[in-house]
Amino acid sequence: MAEVYELPDTAEFKAEILERYPPKLAKKRAKQIIINKIENDDDVPEILANTRTIPGIITMRGCAYAGCKGVVLGPTRDILQITHGPIGCGFYSWLTRRNQTKPTTESDVNYMTYAMSTDLQEEEIIFGGEKKLRAAIDEAVALFHPRAIGIFATCPVGLIGDDVHAVARAMEEKYPDINIFGFSCEGYKGVSQSAGHHVANNKVFTDVVGLNDTFSKPGKFKFNILGEYNIGGDAFEIERIVADCGLSLHSTFSGNSTYDEFSSAHTVDLNVVMCHRSINYLAEMMEKKYGIPWFKVNFVGAEATSKSLRKIAQFYEDADLLKKTEEVIERELVEVEKVRLDVKSRCEGKTAVLYVGGSRAHHYQELLREIGITILSAGYEFAHRDDYEGRKVMPSIIVDADSRNIEELKVEADAVRYKPRLSEEKKASMEADGFAFSDYNGLMTEMPESSLVIDDCNHYELEELLDRYHPDLVCAGIKEKYVVQKRGIPMKQLHSYDYMGPFAGYKGAINFYKEIDRLLNCSAFKFTKAPWDESPELSATYAFN
Amino acid sequence: MLLRHTPKEVVERSALTINPAKTCQPVGAMYAALGIHKCLPHSHGSQGCCAYHRSALTRHYAEPIMASTSSFTEGASVFGGQSNMLESINNIFALYDPDIIAVNTTCLSEVIGDDLNQIINRAIADNKIPKGKTVMYASTPSFKGSHVTGYANMLTAMVQNFATNTGKKNKSITLLPSFVEPSDMSEIKHIAAEMGIDYIMYPDTSGVVNAPMDGKFHMYPKGGTPREKIIASGDSRYALALGRVGTFQAAQLLDSKCKVKTEILDLPIGISATDAFIDKLRTTSGVTVPESITVERGQLVDVLCDKAQYVYGKKISLMGDPDILFGLVQFCKDAGMEVIHVITGTPAGAKWDRRIKELAGPNAIVKSGAQADLFYFHQLLQNTKPDLIFGNTYCKYIARDMDIPLIRTGFPIYDRIGHSYFPITGYRGGLHLLVKILDVFMDRQDRDASEEKFELVM
Repeated sequence: MAEVYELPDTAEFKAEILERYPPKLAKKRAKQIIINKIENDDDVPEILANTRTIPGIITMRGCAYAGCKGVVLGPTRDILQITHGPIGCGFYSWLTRRNQTKPTTESDVNYMTYAMSTDLQEEEIIFGGEKKLRAAIDEAVALFHPRAIGIFATCPVGLIGDDVHAVARAMEEKYPDINIFGFSCEGYKGVSQSAGHHVANNKVFTDVVGLNDTFSKPGKFKFNILGEYNIGGDAFEIERIVADCGLSLHSTFSGNSTYDEFSSAHTVDLNVVMCHRSINYLAEMMEKKYGIPWFKVNFVGAEATSKSLRKIAQFYEDADLLKKTEEVIERELVEVEKVRLDVKSRCEGKTAVLYVGGSRAHHYQELLREIGITILSAGYEFAHRDDYEGRKVMPSIIVDADSRNIEELKVEADAVRYKPRLSEEKKASMEADGFAFSDYNGLMTEMPESSLVIDDCNHYELEELLDRYHPDLVCAGIKEKYVVQKRGIPMKQLHSYDYMGPFAGYKGAINFYKEIDRLLNCSAFKFTKAPWDESPELSATYAFN
Repeated sequence: MLLRHTPKEVVERSALTINPAKTCQPVGAMYAALGIHKCLPHSHGSQGCCAYHRSALTRHYAEPIMASTSSFTEGASVFGGQSNMLESINNIFALYDPDIIAVNTTCLSEVIGDDLNQIINRAIADNKIPKGKTVMYASTPSFKGSHVTGYANMLTAMVQNFATNTGKKNKSITLLPSFVEPSDMSEIKHIAAEMGIDYIMYPDTSGVVNAPMDGKFHMYPKGGTPREKIIASGDSRYALALGRVGTFQAAQLLDSKCKVKTEILDLPIGISATDAFIDKLRTTSGVTVPESITVERGQLVDVLCDKAQYVYGKKISLMGDPDILFGLVQFCKDAGMEVIHVITGTPAGAKWDRRIKELAGPNAIVKSGAQADLFYFHQLLQNTKPDLIFGNTYCKYIARDMDIPLIRTGFPIYDRIGHSYFPITGYRGGLHLLVKILDVFMDRQDRDASEEKFELVM
């Protein structure tokens, strides 16, 4: 990026932050707080990521169950999901992520509003919970007659030795028409939500994708979007745009998705990836097994959306498609530009910091830049080095002891259905023309020079950062929201969008510009200080006459 | 239909809980711990629990909710979490400097059998706990009871760790409230203060989870019961515990450990229960009920008499936490409404079931425990449709599908604001609640009335 915003004292600030840590801790955090530096060929400094959380540090992170059930499978509307564990995990992941679902008819299946749990009690902890899990599946089948059932393991399940996979197999024998599969996503696996993504990807790949060769949707240019969870209707907006372009979106992993769409996802010609962190495993495995190429897209930001649409259209090399895509872009940008310029006039020159999950801290930088906002610092809760530094560093990533037990599947080409969508020569020639497959450059390559990149930013560091840099806007999650706002700093949740949306696509860009305008310019924050606190000396001198 | 798969016909379940009417222990313990001044709740387990519990409380209060976690990895889950806890203690005191760390456990640390007593003693022996600071814990296994149990366990731990009988009684009366809102804690304090009673109340989350905005972030807000007060509660003359399920254990311990005579009352929700509370305060303290309180009572009764026609005979279904349900059911009966369903996911015990049945009347269906969930509740409602639901935010899906008004009470309330500022306890809370109920029925009448029957004056 050409943009250079020099934080005058980045190094000094980093040293100050580290000073309060015990020496061992300081050494570790020093590798997770990086002063960005982009050198030729998009080389950036190495960051330490995907490493265990420091106990007691007040992290923003969650667990593998949240990554698996809460994030990846949660948005699927017709796979019945049973949490095997005490009640909390199922309760907290019940409708709290805003994955919107829209069944096509009044009778169409939608389990979104249901939280199902085996609600383990002390007896089951002592004597084992498999019997109760089997009974729970019996009851669920009798009540709902689902096509597929996912079982999600929670912390105690692994410890007491319950085997969710064995139960799944046994119950599948009992109910041969229902696809039943288990996820070993115990909360303590790995170091964050990320482990759960991987567990979810593996199981969906082995037990769902590829089961149905016949389900199809009308349309010519078929593709899947991976890693788009339809928060606040993002996927609906993307669906609208790609349909207008003449593309045919087969399946979204997993916003508003169905079992049929998942199981036939291998029949398309292209996978595009939104959230690299949560779904790149599936993209890779589908390419190896079925020959479907993939590339990274970003539908967050108007420019990014146009770029992504063009890239998809170019992939199909169809003149009509390209023409129609340009028409859509032109049409949509009229309103976008009008709002953007208006909002930019009030937001230009403001600064922001972003600490979000594993992809949005990058994606949303585009949107913010479009209205003239500079990013001072950004980071992820649980991304890996490739999300920071780009996929080219993947061969040098060492899986540490805490994540070693997350299974890495060995995938081979399917004997019958492997079909390279592009010949090697074709792919090579497209790449020679600058078309990047299986690519992702990571967040740091697009961050301003000498900005701070912080992995697994904790409460202490966030507070220090706010004290030092006084950003005009903070983007993070619900746990950070009110910490920031109490200081009188506007805060935008980029997980839940503060209950609005969509923020993806063109309409999303407009929604987002307007929302940031409201946050930065609404009058509410002007009342933070009471007038008598602004000039307290007056209260002593005032006298009635 | 949002809940399109819920059939009308009720079939007994024994293993599957669907749409629970409870959540797990540690969030209750975290909430209770926030009611101690300068206390940082700590979750001893894998970090997902802590993130979920903080998020749940944050969504409920729209306030920062601070807590730390031991962040178990797979290794710790197999070999024990002692080193995670010791490292946490180090880091918490170095970076966040609370006076008290209040540890709750999760199903993880409970299943592996971490001995927190031993770990804390080890921390003391290794000089990891600075002078004047305390690390306390409550065992809060998620596979027993509910969030109310977790609250009760942390409250008990407060008594266990702090309440001290010095042999010299002080003038105070100790008040132990069950899992209620900061607004309710304020209201209970307001009543005691108005009556001129020297009280000690804990936990007290008012001023913590409904703190004002002043342009600064206060890691430890002004509210919360100071440790000295909790210590002094061991010398108090008398203790009133409000809400049996949330306070019984702590009250009993205060009695046995410190020889403080304790009595358990219902939460002062509605007229009868508030009357009982105030009368008990009066007799135990030997004070006269001041005019101001009698005025508050009279105002509530006045409004009820004025507008009883809009509530009389209305059918009410309630879900929530056991102690609050007692008060609400009683209030409904006081106001002449008919209670038809009461459910709580908390296994509140046979005694609770029996008493609430008595209170609600012979025709009410009452159920508590695992399968007393919102799926079952919805089925009941489909068989007999009430005029009004009391319950938490999750009831809105039922309310919308069935077009029944919902008054949000209990935990969690994620989609409305006000519960942390306006009480439902005391006479003032009763008035607030009554006005809400009247608004609901009057709005319905306005919405549904034919044009010629549309009333200006109601």
